[in-house]
This record gives sequence, structure tokens and C-alpha cells, in this order.
Amino acid sequence: MHARVQQWWVVYRIALEERLVYRGDFALGTLMRFLPIVTQIFLWWAVFDAMRHESADASETIAGYSYANFIAYYLLTMLGRAFSSMPGLASGIAQQIRNGEIKKFLIQPVDLIGFLLLNRMAHKTAYYSVALGPFALVYFLCQSYFPPMPDAGTWGAFGLSLILAFVLGFFLEASIGLIAFWFLEVSSLLFVYMLLSFFLSGHMFPLDMLPYPWSTIVDFLPLKYLAYFPSAVFLGKVTGRELVISLWVEVIWVVALMVLCRVMWNRGLARYSGYGG
Amino acid sequence: MLATRCLSRPPRLGLQVGRTVGAGGSVERMPIIEIERLCKSYQVYQKKEGLWASVRGLFRREYRQVEAVRGIDLTVEQGEFVAFLGPNGAGKTTTLKLLSGVIHPTSGTARVMGHVPWKRENAYRRRFALVMGQKNQLWWDLPAQESFRLHQQIYRIPTSSFHQTLDELCQLLDVKNLLNQPVRELSLGERMKMELIAALLHAPEVLFLDEPTIGLDVVAQHNIQHFLRTYQQTKQITILLTSHYMKDVLALCKRLVIIAQGQICYDGSLTGIIDRFSTDKVVTLLFGGDRLPSQWEPLGRVLEVVGPKVKLRVERQRVAQVLASLLADYSIEDVSVEDPPLEEVIADAFNQVSRTSVPGAPLDRIVPGTRV
Repeated sequence: MHARVQQWWVVYRIALEERLVYRGDFALGTLMRFLPIVTQIFLWWAVFDAMRHESADASETIAGYSYANFIAYYLLTMLGRAFSSMPGLASGIAQQIRNGEIKKFLIQPVDLIGFLLLNRMAHKTAYYSVALGPFALVYFLCQSYFPPMPDAGTWGAFGLSLILAFVLGFFLEASIGLIAFWFLEVSSLLFVYMLLSFFLSGHMFPLDMLPYPWSTIVDFLPLKYLAYFPSAVFLGKVTGRELVISLWVEVIWVVALMVLCRVMWNRGLARYSGYGG
Repeated sequence: MLATRCLSRPPRLGLQVGRTVGAGGSVERMPIIEIERLCKSYQVYQKKEGLWASVRGLFRREYRQVEAVRGIDLTVEQGEFVAFLGPNGAGKTTTLKLLSGVIHPTSGTARVMGHVPWKRENAYRRRFALVMGQKNQLWWDLPAQESFRLHQQIYRIPTSSFHQTLDELCQLLDVKNLLNQPVRELSLGERMKMELIAALLHAPEVLFLDEPTIGLDVVAQHNIQHFLRTYQQTKQITILLTSHYMKDVLALCKRLVIIAQGQICYDGSLTGIIDRFSTDKVVTLLFGGDRLPSQWEPLGRVLEVVGPKVKLRVERQRVAQVLASLLADYSIEDVSVEDPPLEEVIADAFNQVSRTSVPGAPLDRIVPGTRV
């Protein structure tokens, strides 16, 4: 057990070191994350501005969201995405399968999925340590848009939902990457996933704006946990019994995707033919 | 002396007959790699030329079976250094992939140190290593030292023996001062040395080398050869090597296995292959007087004429007769009779094999270059 923990630690540490090699790219990539949200804030500002001109009512809301609510929602969604998005994970796995690099994990006594998970944790650590400053600044500047500080229980549920979002995002994308064992090229599939995820995770707009039956469909998908759910928890839209159930459902999704990932890995290897010399 | 099996396909016995092995000599040996009737076939998508064929391929695909390995039997004993030779697509790399557990066979069995490779047990994976000349296993952006640390953890190498092995390997390969340089900034030769260190840190008992000197300059090739020889002799590990450089083979291996079209067609010593496949000798003559034969054809094939020096290729049985007649008729100052270069002999062997159809499998079913 001790040896295993030490092994994990070294993988994590080396991945972190690797991440810090390209400082410029890293810093730029972190800052660019803030750009999309600026456009979304302007968009909703324009929408509310137009509505105000028409009705002259300052407390206008859309589907229960005021202008301030929208901004708070998007800022929180960005935080959720910072945990759940896995840039390059699926395409990286697919590429390794195609060019044969994956052989390394068959020859050495090391597990690919565990290795990638530690790697991703290192990526995220590096990212948060740099992004913490800008994030804190933006939240400080925008604090007037947020509701009053939630209680400790909500903070706890919010933290848990972020960590689960990370694990869920990881196993979801890893499974998509492993499809490459059957189809070799997954980039268009990945594109479809990204597109769906953009709408159905709540990245584009709050999911509770959706009418029936879309709201029900979205409820049955795991995607909402990637962005909408953590924000909704923080904003106090999911509370009490509903919160506990939702968190349990999320845990079940995580376990199911972990199993799926493992099954795909084993099945995939059985038919793998070791491409590329 | 040797077991040749290609043209007449003898029974699967007697592969080790009369072979002397390794540097140690008299140590009692046990088989470390045992392969029996190993087969691997692939489904390969067939596409005809042109756009229309591509469109049709979207709806209906024709697959064809390519038999990359067709019933290989091989036994390798502890401490042997075996060369795997064969044209591209002959099945060398597929065999190495099977032995390292990367792919499953279609049929047949193999055991390496008692393990079935494609079960991929950790116990097996800690005991062998595979080095591929064309693949990079080190972390590209980090110094090699970091990759070595990672290997220490992956293979659970105790710290003291890790440092000792690393020091030893660095000294042998003379790379101590490069350990802290990012791998991407190393030359190809230096990188190959690092790859070897990474592969040997856990002291594997069996080492598979897939073209370890590919793309290296002569000096680097020589360094790697020297290292491999020294290391193999001191540690007495078992090595299977594939290479297209005959220099590697000459420098390192006593035993040669030639694979062509997925089958072993020669298994024996280096000298044996020359007897087996080379029907000619190279005769070099230095004529004394100005008078040279006007017609060469009855004697042999002229390879080169430089002044009074003539190089001829003569059939082996006719060498004595040709020399006798030349010595009788002309004044000759110097004569040498040599085997043709190993490259040519091997090329001849490949050609002979591909001209000869193997019973039970028509030739048109095998495509050269199906290196999947």
C-alpha cells in the first residue's frame, strides 16, 4: 500500500513538473479562460438593457434569473468547468491508441487510467495555483452580483459537487477516448460531445430555464453535473433532500462511468493490434 | 550442425541441435522462451484505388486476412543473444509484440519465464523490457533523471539498488552529465542510451530490442553495440534483437533466426547461414603480367576490375576448378577467396524464401509490408 501511494505521488509530482515547463503557454491559456465569459456577460447585459427600455421596470427577470443572477451563474459555471473540463484527454487517448504509444502501458506494470487520472490531477493543480489570483480578483470585483454568503453546509456540498464534477468529467472523456479502440478516429465524435455538453451541461444557459420535456431529459443525463449543478448548489437552488439525492445520483454516475471505462479498456485491449511498429 | 526448416519444412524438433551458446559456455541452461505453433492474423481493410472506391468503402468493406505470423516454433535458452532477421513485414515485430504481451495471438502458445505474455501479469511485466528504436518512452520535456525516478516507482526498485544500477549504467554508457538535460535536447544517440537505461533499471531478465540502432551514426551504433555486448556478457540476460544492420548482428549474436512470410526459415549459427544460403564465393585475383583473360563468363561473374585486380563471383563447387585453370594459364601474384558480405547472403536468403512457396499457404495470400 505504501509503495502504491509513493508510486502515485511520484507520477503526480513528475506530471506537475512537466506542466510547469512551458510557462508562457500555461499563463496565456489560463488567462484566455476568462474571455468567453466576458462575451456572455455583455450578451445578457444587452438583453436586459433592451427589456428595460421596453418595460421601464428595473427588476426584470428571465425564467427567474435577474441580471445579477445571470452574472453570478456564469462566474460559478466557469469555476465548475475549471474542474470538469478535460482539454485534450479524449483526443490524447485516441492518438496514443492510433500511433501505438499506448504500448508503453501494456509493457510496463502501470495502469493507463490511473496514470492519466494522476496526470490530470497534476494539470489541474498547476492550473488552479496560477488561476487562483485572477479568479479571486474577478469574484472580488463581481461580489455585488452574488447572493449573501451561503452557510457552511452549502459550501461543503458545493466543494463536493466540484470534486465529483472533476471525477465525472474525467471518466466521461476517458471513455470517449477509449472508443478509439474500435473506431480509431474519434475527433468528430468528440466534437458532437463537446457541442452537446456545451448546451446540456448548463455552460451556455442555466438548465432550469428549459421547458418540459427538455428539463426532464437533462435531468436524466450526467452532463448537468459538469457545470449547472455546482452553480445551482452555490446559488441555493438545490437544497435539503433534493440536494442529498442529487449528490447520490452523481456518485452513482461516477461509479458507472468508472466501470464503463474499465470494461472498455479491457475489451479494447483484447482486440488491440498494436499499430505502428 | 544446423536446423534449417524453410524449404522442406521438417518436423518441429531439433532447433537447438549442436548450438553453442552465450559467453559463459558450460552453464546448465533452461529454456526461457518457449513458443509453439504461434499464429497471428489480422483483418485488413482492402481499399481499391480512387475516389469511387473510397465512397463504396463507406458502405461495404472488404476485409482480408493477413497472416503475419504463421506457426512459429522457437526455444531460446537463458543467456542467449538471438538476432531476428527478415524483410519488412516478415513478422519479426509481430512476434516481439506477442512476446511482450501487447497483442493476443490467433492461436498457439508462448511462455516467457513461465508466464503467458498476453495475460500481462505484473509479475511478468517486472521481469522483461522492450526497447523500440523508433519509439520514445521517456518524458519529452523533462530530464531523463525524472523518467528514471518514475520507473523506479513503477517497477518498485529499492532506492539503494536503483542508485547503484543507475550509476553503473551511466558509467557504461558515459551519459552521467546528461541526466539533468531535457530529453528533447538530447541527440538521437544520447536519447537511445537513455532509453536503454530506462529499460534496464529494473534489471530485466529478458530484453526485447526492436531495431535499437535505427537512424544512428556509425559511432553511436558502435557505442550501443559495445554496451549491449558488455552488459549481456556480465549479466547473462536473454536478448532478442531485430535489426536491419548486419553490423549489429555480427557484433552481438551467435544465433540467427530468419523469419520470412511469418515463418522461421533458418535457425542456427552465423557461419551456418553462409553455408546454407550462399552458393557463391568471392575470388579476388591480382594478375602479374599484362595478359588477362579475354572472356570471363565461363569462369564467373565479374564484380569489379581495377587495373590488374579482378573480383569474381564464382559458384562454390567450381572455385577449385576455376582457380586451377587460371593459375595454369596466367601469371597471378595474389589470390583470395572469401564469403560474400553477410548483407548479400541474407538478401539471397530472403529471395530464395519468397521464391519458394510454403506448403499449406499459397503465396498470394501474403502481402509484403503488412506491418500492422
